[in-house]
Parts: sequence; C-alpha cells; structure tokens
Amino acid sequence: MLTARHIIDMSDLTVDDIMLILDTAESFKEVNERRIKKLPTLRGRTVVNLFLEPSTRTRTSFEIAAKRLSADGLNFSASTSATVKGESLVDTAETLSAMACDLVIVRHKMAGSPRILARHMDAHIINGGDGMHQHPTQALLDLFTMREKLGRLEGLTVGIVGDILHSRVAGSLVPALRMVGAKPIIIAPPTLLPARPDILGAEVSTSFDEVLPELDVAYMLRVQMERAEGMPFPSVREYSRLFGMNEERLARMKPDAIVMHPGPMNRGVEISSAVADGARSLVLNQVNAGVAVRMAAMYLLLGGDASGASS
Amino acid sequence: MALLLKGGRVVDPAVGLDAVCDVVIRDGRIVEIGQDLTIPKGITVECAEKVIVPGLVDIHTHLREPGYEYKEDVVSGTRAAAHGGFTAVCAMPNSNPVCDEGSAVRFLVERAAERGRVRVYPIGALTVGLKGEAMAEIGDMLAEGAVAFSDDGRGVQNAGMMRLVMDYAKQFDTTVVSHCEDEALVGKGMVNEGAVSTRLGMAGWPAAAEEIAIARDIRLAELTGCRLHLAHVSCAGSVELVRAAKARGLAVTAEVTPHHLFLDEDAVTAEYDTNFKMNPPLRAAEDCQALMAGLLDGTIDCIATDHAPHAAHEKALEFELAPFGSTGLETALPLVITHLVSRNKADWSDVVRWMSQGPRAALQLPEVRLEPGALADITIIDPEARVDVTPAFFESKSANSAFLRATLLGKATEVLVEGQFALRNGKVVD
Amino acid sequence: MDGEAISRAVTRIAHEILEANKGAKNLAFVGIVTRGAVLAETLARQVGEIEGAEVPVGTLDISFYRDDLATRLSPEVHRTDIPFDVEGRDLILVDDVLFTGRTIRSAMDAIMDYGRPCSIQLAVLVDRGHRELPIRADYVGKNVPSSSKERVKVYFESVDGHDSVEILERVEGGEQ
Repeated sequence: MLTARHIIDMSDLTVDDIMLILDTAESFKEVNERRIKKLPTLRGRTVVNLFLEPSTRTRTSFEIAAKRLSADGLNFSASTSATVKGESLVDTAETLSAMACDLVIVRHKMAGSPRILARHMDAHIINGGDGMHQHPTQALLDLFTMREKLGRLEGLTVGIVGDILHSRVAGSLVPALRMVGAKPIIIAPPTLLPARPDILGAEVSTSFDEVLPELDVAYMLRVQMERAEGMPFPSVREYSRLFGMNEERLARMKPDAIVMHPGPMNRGVEISSAVADGARSLVLNQVNAGVAVRMAAMYLLLGGDASGASS
Repeated sequence: MALLLKGGRVVDPAVGLDAVCDVVIRDGRIVEIGQDLTIPKGITVECAEKVIVPGLVDIHTHLREPGYEYKEDVVSGTRAAAHGGFTAVCAMPNSNPVCDEGSAVRFLVERAAERGRVRVYPIGALTVGLKGEAMAEIGDMLAEGAVAFSDDGRGVQNAGMMRLVMDYAKQFDTTVVSHCEDEALVGKGMVNEGAVSTRLGMAGWPAAAEEIAIARDIRLAELTGCRLHLAHVSCAGSVELVRAAKARGLAVTAEVTPHHLFLDEDAVTAEYDTNFKMNPPLRAAEDCQALMAGLLDGTIDCIATDHAPHAAHEKALEFELAPFGSTGLETALPLVITHLVSRNKADWSDVVRWMSQGPRAALQLPEVRLEPGALADITIIDPEARVDVTPAFFESKSANSAFLRATLLGKATEVLVEGQFALRNGKVVD
Repeated sequence: MDGEAISRAVTRIAHEILEANKGAKNLAFVGIVTRGAVLAETLARQVGEIEGAEVPVGTLDISFYRDDLATRLSPEVHRTDIPFDVEGRDLILVDDVLFTGRTIRSAMDAIMDYGRPCSIQLAVLVDRGHRELPIRADYVGKNVPSSSKERVKVYFESVDGHDSVEILERVEGGEQ
C-alpha cells in the first residue's frame, strides 16, 4: 500500500511509494496487452474525473484506467459542470462527497485546488494537474517510460527543455527525478525560468546546445506562444532555433539518448516532426505507460481501504 | 462622572512619563496624574499590573461600509477596534461607492458619530472611483472631515496623475497615503516572487514592483513638496529608500503591518491557506528583518493593521481567486506584546511611539497625551492576558486572520474614548 | 511430507493427468505464483519427458482478481505470463495447497479473461480441506486433514532452499 492518502504533490510520495507504483504498473501493462483488457479489481468503486480545465489525453487515460479496473466512472468537464453556473469548488466537493465517491481525479486551472477537495471530502484525490503547480501521474509515467527503455533511473541525466516557469509537468518531474537518483537539468531562456530554480533542486542552463551531449533523455515541454503578459521570446523561429529538438540536435546526443514529450506537441516549435515520429521518440510509449501507471496508482490508493474513508 | 484609574503603569514618552501612578478623569478630560489620588464619587478602575498608554490609533483600516456590509461595517469594525485596544481608526476609501466626494465623507462621519464605538477618521480617495484617471474633490472632502487621501488597494499607476494630485493636495498641507504597487510588474502575481512562487507554482510578485513605486512617489514628494505617507511597506529595498529620503529631510513617513513583521513567505505552505494571501504579499525572511530594523531605528514611523475583512465563502475559494487581505485590528497589539515587548526587543514607550504617537504624527491627527487637560482617549493593557486566536475571539464580522490558531500574550482590557468606556474588562461596551 | 514423498506424488500426478487426458496433445499448465508455478514447471517437464513432447507452461498472479481487495492488498504483485493461446486448451491449473477454494475461483476468472479453454482441471500438492466454495481438485498429491488453527506450508528447493510439506501453528492474525 502507499503511505500517502492522496497523490497531489510529488512530496506526498516516498521513494518506496514511487517504486511500488512503477513495479505494479508493469503488471497492469501486461493486462493492457491481452485480449480482454479488464480486471474486476475496482468493481463497485466510484471514480470521478473532475476536469475543470480542458484535457483530452489525461482525461481519457484516467477514464480507460478506471474502466479497465471495472470501476464506475463519472466525468465532469469544465463546460458541463455547475462551476459554469458559479458553483464554488467547495460546494462541488461537498456535493461529490455526499454522493460517496471513492476517488476523485481533478484537473484545475488554479494551483492548490486539489487541497481544497482533500479538505472537504473523504475520497482519495489524485491531482491531474493544478495550474502551474504539479502533475504527479505524468511524472510517474515518465519515470516508467525511462526505466523501461533505458533499464535504470539512477544516474540518468535528464534535460527538461522549455516553458519551465508555467509547467506543472516540470514541477513534478524535477523532484521525482531527484528522488529516484537521477539528475534533472532545466533548460530554458531566462524569461521561462521560475524565480528560484534552486528550490526545485535542478541544475539550470540557458544553452541547450551546451548541455546536449551529456543528456540521456531530452524531455521537451510544450511552449505556449500566446501569453497575457507578453510573449516570452521574440518569435517561434528564434525559440525553435535555440531550444527546439530537431534531427541535427538529435545527432549530437548520445547514441542511446531518447526524446520525450508529455503532449500535446507543437510540431515545428519545440520538436520537429521528424524527431517526434522518429525511432528515438518515446511519445507513444509515454501514452501507453500512462494507462498502466494510472491503473497502478488507483489500485494502490483504493485497495485495502474498504470504505474509502480515513480510518 | 469622575473616573479614577488606580495603580497602573502610566507610559507616555511625549511627556516623559513611565511610572506607576493614578489618573483622574472628569468630563472627558484628564484632570490629574499623581500618587494616591482619590475621587469623592465616581468609578474606580483597578489597574495594578496593567499598563496605561495614550489611546492607540490604527491609520489603515477597511470598514467596508458602505457597500460591503456583509464583510464588516462601521459598528462591527469599531467594535473590533475597541476590542483590539484602539481609540480611533482611519477608514480607507475603497468602499462601494468609493469615498471620493464630500457627501461620502459626511456619511461616514455621521454614521460613526451615531453608531461607532471609537473615533473614525475618513481617508478620502485621491482619484474618482479609485480609477487613477481624474482627481477627486480633495478640498471638499477635507471640509467634511477627511484627514488624508489615498488610492489604497491599487495605487495611482500613472506618474503624471500622481504628480498632479500631489501638487494639488499640497496646498491643503494634507497627507497623501500611497499604496505602492506597479501593476505592470506585478501582472497576475499572487505571492512573493521567489521561493514561494516557485514552490507553489503561482505567478510571483517581485519586490521591485513595490520598490519602484516607492522610489517614484518619494521623488514626486520631493518635486511637489507634498507630505507623503507610505502604506504597508513590505520589502528591504523599500526600507532603504525611506531611510535615504528621511536622511535628505523629506516629509516622508512609513507604516508596516504586523503580518509583514511577524510572518514571511514560508507561512504559505502547500495547504494554500488564503489567509496568507495579502497585498503586498508576505516576503522573504530578509525582508522581515529589514522591516524590524527599520521600525527600531525610526525609519518606519508606525504600525498599522491594514485590517481587511472578507467573508468566509470568499476566502474559501481557490488561492488565485480569493480576495487579498487579513483582519488585524484585534491581533495587532497582542502580536506586538508577544513578539517584541515580552521578548525585550521593545518597551512600552516603543509601543506608544509605534501605535499612538507615530501614526497620529504621520497623518497630523489630533495629539493624544497623558497629561492634565488632555482629552481622555486612553488604552489600558493587561500584558499577561492570554489570547487564543479563534473565530470566536473576533468582534469583527470576518474571521480571515493570518494568525488563526495562534496563542498570544497581552491585550487591551479597557479603552476610553473621551472618558467613556468603549471596552471594559475586555468586553466591548454597547 | 519430505522431499522424496513430494517427488513420488508429483510423478504419480503426472501419470494421472496423462491417463485422464489420453495424452498430452492439447495440454497446457498454468501455475499460480509463487509455488504453484514451480510445481507447474515440474509437472510440465515430467509430462513432457514421459510423452516426448513439449508442454506449454504459464504463470498466473491472481492479485487483481482476489475477492477481498476491498480490505487488503496483496503484499506483492508478480507478473502474469501466459505465453500460449488459452483458447480450446485442456488447462491444468496448478497450486501448492488447496484450502478455502477462493484462490482457485479467482484463478478461473483470470483464465477466462485470457480466452475460452476446452476444460480447466485442478492439480494440487496438498488438499487440506475446509472448502468455502464448491471447488474440488482433480489431482491431489496428499490429503492433509488440518484444523483451521494450523497453517499448511509447502517449501520448494528453488524458492525456499528445501522440499517439504509442514503443518505449523497458526500465527495470530495470519492468513492462509
């Protein structure tokens, strides 16, 4: 069982929790490859997908994971939920609580929202992405993919490239990598770096080319081109030239080095089509891993805890 | 009716007084201060082990009336003030409608006279509707009783506009209270730009956004000759700027809030407690140290609470949606006693300077002294009284305090406004 | 039982399986991890030697099919590996000890999710009685009557360092 009641922040998990999730995910991966992709494991449990920020890949990943575990799934999305009518998150939480849900997966535009749910519900909470803060299951599936392909996690040098400042993926991946003994390096122009990268515990570089040869993994982040506060770089062309992953850069990496991206990709901006579709890109492996890792997370959170209530 | 305050430690640095003695009050004024005084008839208040100081004033309070009475109003706000040991408050103009003309000031003055528990001095808006576009009727507001002017909540963004209002206000020898915040630099900032913004994944609010605005306003004060008071200073750089301005002899004063003195950005944990969301935000530990040093060396003239009540349902929102602010009237004095006086970092004369003399001098409010002939606005403090900060403790309508669950030492037990009890035995007098 | 007795029982079971199924043509073994899988390997090898043909073996972890998931999780989850098509096979399900029958029920549910075997037969080393479901073994190494206060443990060389079957006092709060 996990030591954590919720998976909201990477700091909720211990290193043992992380390894348990990854190891358990191996078994679920096998289930996802056989003909009848169904287990009775979470039969009768109610899982709610509360996606108050639009998402396709994460939501469907969680949905499939719940269905394959025979759980009853409910979907609330931004446009259909009562939040459109001005219902507060606290009221939504209490309503769901009154319906006795076992697990809520929440994605929200604003950091800290999963904590509000956790305070007002008995259910377990998985953070599916809260604003610019964290996205723990993404980090877990990324670790799974790295381990599967490269055979280890300890000692890996992983470059995370792009809009670190606004990235909840980076917010979880950096601490996750450190916990398993890998070395994260964040690579971005200064306008896309957080105020205190040292707090995250990663090395920092503003030159992708300089760091390229030592990377085992190049993890490319989606870069948002429009920002209310003004574009953080002068043009897509300039960004791509300095920080984009393309075949020329790929050739300068270690021969076994791999390229990853959490999706959705801006082809031609942070990653070229050729690399995205090439042999060393693990983007689809990540998606595949996502379902297994999320099944593992749900299984470990909900199993052994009959009422779903805190004991 | 006569009133005898017996055996308290009477402290007033303005008259060089710090001694255990008796005080006689009659018809709203102090009549005599000395040893073994008696009155033929009247009320005797035993003040042994207590400290008697000139009435405290909070020059930065949000009473929320008119318009936001669900958060607070003149009655509950002044009750909270009395409970906190204050004999007077200055009310900021960001009510609804904004207090930007004489009739709005008159409303507040009359409301307070009719229902308030302590004195209320209105602060009028600098610009109409606080929009920063057109000057408000400063002269008219002064005539109706406003004591100073401010666009608190936002601050005047346009330097040209600020120069204009300061030039205009100068003729009345009144004070412009500036909320220093460069909105373009702040952007969507929610917390201090630094460790906390990185840790919690929220937009950051750089110290420079305050420091640049302070530097601008000090320069404009110099240019125009207008009196300037800087609201809720929160950064080390700001303190340096004020120090330099005073060294040049400028008429610049500054205040600091208890929450900026006693809390730093680490208080905002992964729980995302919105009671720690304020404007300006809680800063780094080094900033707290600089603020404390500034208070001790006189660079910062006074402590003001920036009492900002908000309803529970508003603060229960997501951190980014919740309104900024913490209440402060009822915790300010206990915090100062707990953290400074009882730890011997400050004495009672300092408390008088920071919470009675200093704020009055900054805004040119009527002086309050402990000497015969003076108006009897007096605060009596029990330095050993235990304060458990719980929602039940508050007289305010709102309980959004950054100090909830704290246990503090020391509070006011009596407050006299012109010789009448507003607070007695720790209870507000209705 | 000691190592020799186990060995003889296993050999006998191998012959019984071949007799009942008229040869090894359609056979496949699936062992329930951990020790059922060891036993399945041994049986499959022996049957294969007798018949002169290779018989497929798979391992099955029933953690995700347990009926008590609501209150407890398996301490360890192992890989399930069934490297052959279950469809139409005469499957010999193998476990070390048959007790309440719940593990076997879970195993049958799991196998059905892989396909539709022609038949499922059950081979166990030890039947200790105390069935809670209507499940019976087709091939039994030894019937070991036991009280529910006791634990019946099977040890295999490759897993535990020696071969034996032992009856132990039940530890308070333990499970079968």
